[in-house]
Amino acid sequence: MGILEVKNVGKRFGGLQALSDVNLSVAENTVHAIIGPNGAGKSTLLNCLVGKLIPDSGSVMFDGQSVLGRAPYEINQMGISRVFQTPEIFGDLTVLENMMIPCFAKRDGAFELNALPSVSSQKDVMDRAMHMLEEMRMADKRNMHAAAMSRGDKRRLEIGMCLSQEPRLLLLDEPTAGMARADTNNTIDLLKQIKQERDITIAIIEHDMHVVFSLAERITVLAQGTPLVEDTPENIKGHPKVREAYLGESA
Amino acid sequence: MLGLDKKDTSLLIIVAILTLLAPFILNPFPTGSAMAQFNAGYPDLMQRFVIFGIFAIGFNILFGLTGYLSFGHAAFLGVGSYSAVWMFKLLSYNVIPAIALSVVVAALFSLLIGYVSLRRSGIYFSILTLAFAQMSFALAYSVLSNPKFNLTNGETGLQVYADDPQIFHRDSLPDMPHLFGLSMRSTYKLDIGAWSFDFNAGYYLCAVIMMVMFYLAIRIFRSPFGMMLRAVKSNQQRMNYTGLNPRPYTLAAFVISGMYAGLAGGLMAAMDPLAGAERMQWTASGEVVLMTILGGAGTLIGPVLGAGFIKYFENIFSKINDNILHQWFSFLPDGIEDFMVFIVHPFIGKGWHLTLGILFMLVVIFLPGGLVEGGQRLGKWIRNRGKGATDAKTKQEPAE
Repeated sequence: MGILEVKNVGKRFGGLQALSDVNLSVAENTVHAIIGPNGAGKSTLLNCLVGKLIPDSGSVMFDGQSVLGRAPYEINQMGISRVFQTPEIFGDLTVLENMMIPCFAKRDGAFELNALPSVSSQKDVMDRAMHMLEEMRMADKRNMHAAAMSRGDKRRLEIGMCLSQEPRLLLLDEPTAGMARADTNNTIDLLKQIKQERDITIAIIEHDMHVVFSLAERITVLAQGTPLVEDTPENIKGHPKVREAYLGESA
Repeated sequence: MLGLDKKDTSLLIIVAILTLLAPFILNPFPTGSAMAQFNAGYPDLMQRFVIFGIFAIGFNILFGLTGYLSFGHAAFLGVGSYSAVWMFKLLSYNVIPAIALSVVVAALFSLLIGYVSLRRSGIYFSILTLAFAQMSFALAYSVLSNPKFNLTNGETGLQVYADDPQIFHRDSLPDMPHLFGLSMRSTYKLDIGAWSFDFNAGYYLCAVIMMVMFYLAIRIFRSPFGMMLRAVKSNQQRMNYTGLNPRPYTLAAFVISGMYAGLAGGLMAAMDPLAGAERMQWTASGEVVLMTILGGAGTLIGPVLGAGFIKYFENIFSKINDNILHQWFSFLPDGIEDFMVFIVHPFIGKGWHLTLGILFMLVVIFLPGGLVEGGQRLGKWIRNRGKGATDAKTKQEPAE
């Protein structure tokens, strides 16, 4: 049994069958990549995992519990954190405040009317956030407006925010999309380091084969809304079905 | 001090000094002089400054922090006023139970309206609140005022009559709102030379309450809750995916700001025991939006400045008439004098809204951060100019 079990999931948008009969099992403490050509249903599948979409059929179990019908914030509190394709951070807030918010969410849950003590008096959260910023090597930027940072720094901050919640499953949606090669390599190194230092399961959706083959231990190839194959990176590289899906039948 | 950092403490102290000394500060011109019409230090207007200050401080907790623009906050103000007058009618003219009930009723009412309206955001939220406020206005103006069930007394407005129960009223107590016997209208007049200053009990009650509410607002702004509200404004998507539910946060902010509005409404009735439906009309809701934006949404002191600014100009400009204009321009040759009066005439008296509109436009276009931004720019300019003048000399402390 994997930590994430997707069974027979289907999702239809009007006339488009975006997902049909998707089965996926992500084993604990592995890096699992989901790849596929444009329109294969990768993002739809991801949205079904985090509560943004509800599949028409099938089941999604996280750690033995169904996530279906739960709001995104509830699923997050169960232990799934999501990193977006374009970094989603609190642009109007400072870097330190950005990091404190997930720490508050971890400590106080989905809602807490903590309206009279000052933020600076919350030492435990403050320390935790500072510690995480140091780990992400951005402690010197703590008083900067998050929106003013570079794309790479925003991505790093977002990953740090997700990690500060100590999630059991980290979902990454094309984390290096639109990045320069150097930034991409930095992100790969960061993710490798994260994986080394803690017990965490990472599921990654990616276009860039370089990223996928540097990180993944298992790869699922999705095409036209169904998983084509699931295997180790070595076997996927030479798989005829994968070539067919990516390059077209005649190739 | 009081759990605030140094900067906030000094801000609070400045506000306290300004409100407590307002009778002096607002009456800089000797009585009877030509400039006396610019004096604003009379009880009625001073009360309105601080009451609308409270209203705007509360509105800013919702709009300034979460970015949810409510167009129906006057409904809570009106509900507060009606509750207070009912307390006067049933219990006594003591203002404490009246103000307490106005806050409680406004809280319940805003919980109901907020719960429904906050299902949508952006323009749809604004329209929903506007619709609720107009429904409340209709209820107060006509529906809840019929011979069988008269809660609001319709067009006439709710007031206290001689045959009302007033079960705790004693003959020794004043026959108007009072604080344990101290009438809200009792005023001590201090004459110094040509000047005259009014110290009014009602004003000081409102001023003290405003300081407490301002202090609470600072605490909310600086708290984890305040940070979450700013997070709602900044990125709800990220909030949702960070395990936080934005809905109860926005609802709590909505109810808190509704309670501020109810308190302001209760104080209004405590100063003048009358509640009319017009207090709930959409223009009243729009006014608090203007105050907050004019002063600087999202800043601590902005809404108070905005409220003072609008109420001052409303009273002063609307009092100026053509005779006064002729006096001002009397030094000019006759034809030009008439011409100047003709030009300025539309902007005074009943046309003061025109002046306010122009001022509002200028502020929004040139100072998007409101009067607070204006103050900051002025401070910076003075600082830089001081630096230029003293250059290599000692550092000059800017006076902000």
